[in-house]
Amino acid sequence: MTGTPPYQELLPHLFRLEYSKMTAVLCRHFGLKHIETAEDIVSETFLKATEVWGARGIPENPTAWLYTVAKNKTKDYLKHVSIYETQVKQALSDGETRREPDFDFTPQTIADSQLAMIFAVCNPANAAESQICLALQILCGFSVEEIADAFLSKNETIKKRLLRARANLRADNFQVEQLQEAAIKERLDTVLRTLYLLFNEGYFSKSGNHLIRKELCSEAIRLTLVLTENPLTNTTEANALLALMCFQSSRLDARANNQGETILYEQQDKNLWSKELIQQGNYYLVNACTGNEASKYHLEAGIAYWHTTPDAGNKWNHILQLYNQLILIEYSPMTALNRTFAFARVYGHAAGIKEAEKLGLHHNSHYHSLLGYLYASTDAEKAAAHYREAIHLTKSAAEKKTLMREIERLGR
Amino acid sequence: MREFMLIFRNSTNSHDNPSPEQLQERMNWLAGIAAQNKLADKGNRLSASLAKTVKPNNVVTDGPYTEIKEFISGYMIVKADSIEEAIEFAQANPVLKAGGNVEVRAILKPEEKS
Repeated sequence: MTGTPPYQELLPHLFRLEYSKMTAVLCRHFGLKHIETAEDIVSETFLKATEVWGARGIPENPTAWLYTVAKNKTKDYLKHVSIYETQVKQALSDGETRREPDFDFTPQTIADSQLAMIFAVCNPANAAESQICLALQILCGFSVEEIADAFLSKNETIKKRLLRARANLRADNFQVEQLQEAAIKERLDTVLRTLYLLFNEGYFSKSGNHLIRKELCSEAIRLTLVLTENPLTNTTEANALLALMCFQSSRLDARANNQGETILYEQQDKNLWSKELIQQGNYYLVNACTGNEASKYHLEAGIAYWHTTPDAGNKWNHILQLYNQLILIEYSPMTALNRTFAFARVYGHAAGIKEAEKLGLHHNSHYHSLLGYLYASTDAEKAAAHYREAIHLTKSAAEKKTLMREIERLGR
Repeated sequence: MREFMLIFRNSTNSHDNPSPEQLQERMNWLAGIAAQNKLADKGNRLSASLAKTVKPNNVVTDGPYTEIKEFISGYMIVKADSIEEAIEFAQANPVLKAGGNVEVRAILKPEEKS
């Protein structure tokens, strides 16, 4: 075996996994104003890991090693601050500067800190896009390059977004030390929406990097799990959102081929759908339905549930009814198009075309690919024209390829 | 784009045990308007039994006037480019099949008088 030494393969993985946990714990200790200090300590810890592990090999328990070093670095930092404050400033009134960090990286501390950080990061003051960037950086340990790759943006754009969002975070004065019930009530909607968008960014991303997209989805699931594991945030909506994510993720491996092209739902190999995730989804959906609530996450989870079942009986009628309710709660062009697809599955393509053309979303690529699909069996010429318009409008290379294949299937 | 109220009138109570098919037909119609982003307010259904009319001189009479045809069973507000478009929405409403009718009224802006 030649090539990269083992620690270089392990480190990025551990970094992603532990960076956000350690930052969250330290941040809770120092307060949000000093998030940079927390991040510096964690970065230095990883730097030291690179040096030491490179020279001496990987320790038996790498995670424990990281936690110990991070704690020692915190101790050093506090000592340094204390010396500075007593000897340089000479203005210490009660001499009560903390020299010993009073925390440990126990699973409970990590879970509590992460929950607090999720609520701190999900600030209603941030624009949705900056919000997701910030979540990816602080809660998921993504680098600027990885975020830029997921958004198909330039590094500079991402850096600017992060700069603004981080300024808001510091100025916000959010209490991370002890998460208050009032703060949870006030922000839970924003938290759920951010996690929902984070998941969608991975699931529907235009990025061709399948690996990054999968990581976005699994990070969104991991963070939503943190919510369901705490009684204060284990709401029916959080469970519905988690169910939705599980159902959607069950198709992640089936919806892209080796070339990274999208495989449409109807052409997917159903054996590739993850049964474990579907079962998880069922579990959380049952939890979600303990009250009388029917939030948009409930409706979307219900739709996603039906998509995991075979094409039989009243399946599409159920899906249509859920879409009918969803579009009444919140209009979006995508919901309108998906509803119309379900309508066509129930009432036939001709009725579907009538319903679709009323939408008038002429500048939307999905509008034209839907009409292409609906015309395909009756009017190949019209179908091809719509598919071509969709290719012209979409920015996604994977989607262009998929649509080209559909035109070929029309036999033209 | 302006707002129009659609007022539904029936001579039978449409809220009394509608069949699942009728319900779905109504829902499809409503969601079809919402899917065009032209639903301003999905409005409300109005009760046929808990209904009175208050008149001058302390006179309160029983409604609804099921004996008089065409009592109001509900209302909603759509957004439309013209009254013709609002009429088109109304024409597709299943209430017409059951012998009811729909009144289409533009909602006045503050400066308008008629």
